Amino acid sequence: MKKIRILFLGILAAWMLSPVLFLVTGSLTGDVELQEMLAPVLQETPGYMEWKLFPLYPTLKSYVKLLFDSPEFYEMFWNSVKMTGEILAGQLLVAVPAAWGMAKFHFPGRKVLFTLYLVLMMMPFQVLMLSDYLVLDWLSLLDSQAGIVLPAVFSTFPVFIMYRFFCGVPDSLLEAARLDGAGEFQIFLKIGIPLGSPGILSALVLDFLEYWNLIEQPMAFLKTKALWPLSLFLPNIGMDRAGLAFATSVVVLIPAVCIFLAGQEYLEQGIVATASKE
Amino acid sequence: MKKFGKSQLKGLLFLAPSLAGVSLFVFLPFLDVIRRSFGEAVTGKFVGIRNYLDVFENTAFQLAAWNTLRFVGVCIPLLLVLSLAAALLLSGKIRHRQALKSAFLIPMAIPVASVVLLWRLLFHSQGLLNRILTGLHLTGVDWMNSSAAFGVLVFSYLWRNLGYDVILWLAGLSGIPYSLYEAAKVDGADSWQCFVWITLPNLLPCAFTVTVLSLLNSFKVFREAYLVAGDYPHESMYLLQHLFNNWYRDLSFDKMAAGAVVTGAVIFLLVFCLEKAWDVKE
Repeated sequence: MKKIRILFLGILAAWMLSPVLFLVTGSLTGDVELQEMLAPVLQETPGYMEWKLFPLYPTLKSYVKLLFDSPEFYEMFWNSVKMTGEILAGQLLVAVPAAWGMAKFHFPGRKVLFTLYLVLMMMPFQVLMLSDYLVLDWLSLLDSQAGIVLPAVFSTFPVFIMYRFFCGVPDSLLEAARLDGAGEFQIFLKIGIPLGSPGILSALVLDFLEYWNLIEQPMAFLKTKALWPLSLFLPNIGMDRAGLAFATSVVVLIPAVCIFLAGQEYLEQGIVATASKE
Repeated sequence: MKKFGKSQLKGLLFLAPSLAGVSLFVFLPFLDVIRRSFGEAVTGKFVGIRNYLDVFENTAFQLAAWNTLRFVGVCIPLLLVLSLAAALLLSGKIRHRQALKSAFLIPMAIPVASVVLLWRLLFHSQGLLNRILTGLHLTGVDWMNSSAAFGVLVFSYLWRNLGYDVILWLAGLSGIPYSLYEAAKVDGADSWQCFVWITLPNLLPCAFTVTVLSLLNSFKVFREAYLVAGDYPHESMYLLQHLFNNWYRDLSFDKMAAGAVVTGAVIFLLVFCLEKAWDVKE
């Protein structure tokens, strides 16, 4: 019974991991070998494409080409890093105090506001696409990275996640601090942020994975290709440069997987936080 | 006793930056969208509910709405069952538990753009999957250009979201007091009876939230669909998101406004029900 259990879970895990393996293998295969293996897909020659788990002639050439011979790659990579960084920094400034305010103060209208934030969190991009466009047009932010970053900074998702964690900070602690004469802002900085830091990290990890994947927003609002993030650049690499496409896929994946491995504990807490009730 | 002390109002100060931004970038423009949904695209002349009628009569909308509903109807039950099974197997004493959990979660971290290449090679009519199928003496399928495209969508959704739901189920499972099982064992219940009479009923509240979050994540499958198959994929995987995207490109802002209001209202109702259910639970 135990054996079957492990076997089933093992197969499932292998299914989950297989894409990574596939991409890594592809990126280490030389261009000639790739062209040969993929010929039925690329040139419609008869038969089916082949795949080798281990390339005959493993090589790092695709990576060399990507890192030393594709200036546009650096531009896009930098665009991705910059936009993701700006969004996360902006969210920290805006969402952390907002979550604190919502979790620890019982002002009138709080419940309505909370529902509003929850609803906005659930809305897919397409529903808000037109309103986004209207406001960006009005602010003349279309076709600029600020037009992608600013609306994302005010996403209500991190507020919601951090709210869950801030609710767990005991009120008695705050009362004690108030009696000792601490101001509200001081309490937030000295008690709220340190005790809520797992929540802040959870939100950051979940949001990093989200914004490293930016696709719909830049696709709709960025006409200038030089402003594109890596996630839009990659699908545009033609299959004739399959080796390069594989290497780029792996390089895009690395930061996300590193964040994932470093922050898995917080990621799990964040996922659970989305489900726990008020 | 005053219901809201003055100090409680200070909370609004903490919220102020966020509120200002949300109002400017989402809330107010959405009100404008609602207004526009009752007017002509260019002139803004009031036309009543004509845009709404146009949207509902639009065959592309009917197709997209049906596909989206069908997608949700198929993949969410599948995901719930599969992830619950995995979570049950993972709970309790098991070796390599942490490693297995990591493996399940890793698809969440893999950028959409990275898997696009793989999807293209895997599901091509002369691709890897068909090679394996013919190897097993089955006929290959033109995955992306037939109704099988819908299956590809379900497959990639399951792959990406399984781990997320497993974590949610595990949290639910850990909330069931162990004493319940012990008491049942004393009364002579076998493990199947324990599952049906203890685990399932106690997981019910959790099931509700898992469903809603799975639904939320189901909207995101569009990214893969779009990057692999473009603006006009096979009609079996033409989703509402494709339709909105095409409306946006064609500048049909009147239809888009009405469509956004309708979709937004459906989601709002759903969230509202969720909140009510949460309250009932307490």
